[in-house]
Amino acid sequence: MMSFSAVIGSVELGLIYAILALGVFLSYRTLNTADLTVDGSVVTGAAVSAMLCSIGVHPLASLLVAFAAGACAGAITSLLNIKLKIEPLLSGILVMLGLYSINMHIMGNRANLALLKSPTLYKIVESALPGFDHSALLVSGLFLAIIVIGFYLFLNTRLGYCLRATGDNEYMVRASGINSNAMKILGLAMANGFVGLAGGLLAQYQSYAEIGMGTGIVVIGLASVIIGETIFEFFAKSIPLLLRLVAVCVGSVLYRLAIAFAISAGMPANDMKLISALIVTVALSVGPLKAWGRQLLGSAFSKPSGKEARQ
Amino acid sequence: MIRIQHLSKTFNPGTINEKPALQDIDLELNRGDFVTVIGGNGAGKSTLMNCISGVIPADCGTILLDGKDITRLPEHKRSLYIGRVFQDPLKGTAFDMTIEQNLAIAFAKGKSHGFQPGISKKERELFREKLALLDMGLEDRMTQKVSLLSGGQRQALTLFMAILVKPVLLLLDEHTAALDPATAKKVLELTDLFAESPDMCTLMITHNMSDALSHGNRTILMNDGRIAMDICGEERDAMTVESLIEAFDIKNDRMLLK
Ligand SMILES: Nc1ncnc2c1ncn2[C@@H]1O[C@H](COP(=O)(O)OP(=O)(O)O)[C@@H](O)[C@H]1O
Ligand SMILES: [Mg+2]
Repeated sequence: MMSFSAVIGSVELGLIYAILALGVFLSYRTLNTADLTVDGSVVTGAAVSAMLCSIGVHPLASLLVAFAAGACAGAITSLLNIKLKIEPLLSGILVMLGLYSINMHIMGNRANLALLKSPTLYKIVESALPGFDHSALLVSGLFLAIIVIGFYLFLNTRLGYCLRATGDNEYMVRASGINSNAMKILGLAMANGFVGLAGGLLAQYQSYAEIGMGTGIVVIGLASVIIGETIFEFFAKSIPLLLRLVAVCVGSVLYRLAIAFAISAGMPANDMKLISALIVTVALSVGPLKAWGRQLLGSAFSKPSGKEARQ
Repeated sequence: MIRIQHLSKTFNPGTINEKPALQDIDLELNRGDFVTVIGGNGAGKSTLMNCISGVIPADCGTILLDGKDITRLPEHKRSLYIGRVFQDPLKGTAFDMTIEQNLAIAFAKGKSHGFQPGISKKERELFREKLALLDMGLEDRMTQKVSLLSGGQRQALTLFMAILVKPVLLLLDEHTAALDPATAKKVLELTDLFAESPDMCTLMITHNMSDALSHGNRTILMNDGRIAMDICGEERDAMTVESLIEAFDIKNDRMLLK
């Protein structure tokens, strides 16, 4: 059985990872591209924030830099795709690979960087609220709430409309006098900005940054997006935008809880990545599986109608 | 008003697949012209429009819009002067956004795209009022996603979006070809209505020869990347589908001979 503190810990982590999942939502859902930069940019955000905290920069300011660093990485991925015509998937892989070295440099050629003595946002709030046990929950939750609301408001500005339309239909966007390439760069930059910010917050939460912390994280982000959507779609066919963002956050927290539960039930921690991959595989195949199911049922219970026979 | 000079485009030059799609096209459109464009499959009609709108770069030649040389402008900058409707109804709108959001994007053409609200109350009222012109009931469905609309409704909406901010030139590439006859007729009627605007030129590709002669004030026929015929006025009034076929020995299944 999971302890109460393990549940709280999972929720805290889930709230931080939700910011990353919102970045994945932006690239994967809004812009319609699978962006693998994430595995690198989350570490960049963590490394930048940890490094800055350790040299005495205010933790909040370090998060802004983490956002900017992630955004740069995303912009580079997008530029590789747009200017050099490298496929989006490969562009992301290239930047992710290159970021490994850069992240090492940021951390002063160390594989990890501990923040034992440096101030972090979590430590600051904890000491500011002496009697309050859940300051970490408060910090993560507050941060996430600000991001969700800000992101939602942005998506409803004129610029936000252009960004959303670019993922839907580039032709229409260019025909409306909008530079679709600029929108793609902006979108991937913002997405990885969120990821970098999540990385920075994560480093401050766990008081260390580590070079390997990004491995497979894009899949975790995707899992959160899909879990949240699947659950919310269970209740309503079409979900308004704000609720879609909330769904992503809920998905992220549920994912963390599920993993914590599995580990407390005896799953070896090393199997976590395999489970994540399986979850995403199943979630992504829901569409085709449904179609197969319909086909099987259709051919078993009824003669194919004219429309199906033609296919 | 619109002057195209020596426009040429060859696909895959220097290879075995070399295809001269446009060969030294000269074309001048006057204010208010509504020109229908016909020609067999592969004659270069779409390539002409794609070169004008900047989707593909021309090899050589110049394009002047209202005296402004747009030959080197990127596609999205040319769009400030050019409205377009594609053959594919899916290409003209953002399917996962609502009707009013699509209209807001079209209405923001040439304005700054910043942090102002995506759509204002005033714009919403304006859209509702103007959408009623389409007579398709879309004014009561403004907050529905475009993915719920039929092909004809989308094409009408795209056409409406193309002229919402008055362009200098309206390009229509077989924009009714994917629609059923009744819907196609409706969209063509709307096209006639919008093309009446006196300071806009319209270029409409169609594979329906009788539509080509019954709409607009001028008809050009393309063949092999060249303009093979350019008629207007009395000459055009006297032209019938039969005489067109006879005169140009048109053999093409895709051109409807009705
Ligand atoms: N992107 C392209 N690459 C290579 N060839 C093309 C391309 N687009 C068009 N073509 C060729 O150019 C010729 C003219 O095409 P197009 O302008 O689409 O004809 P249509 O008059 O039917 O619209 C055709 O032979 C076509 O195969
Ligand atoms: Mg064509």
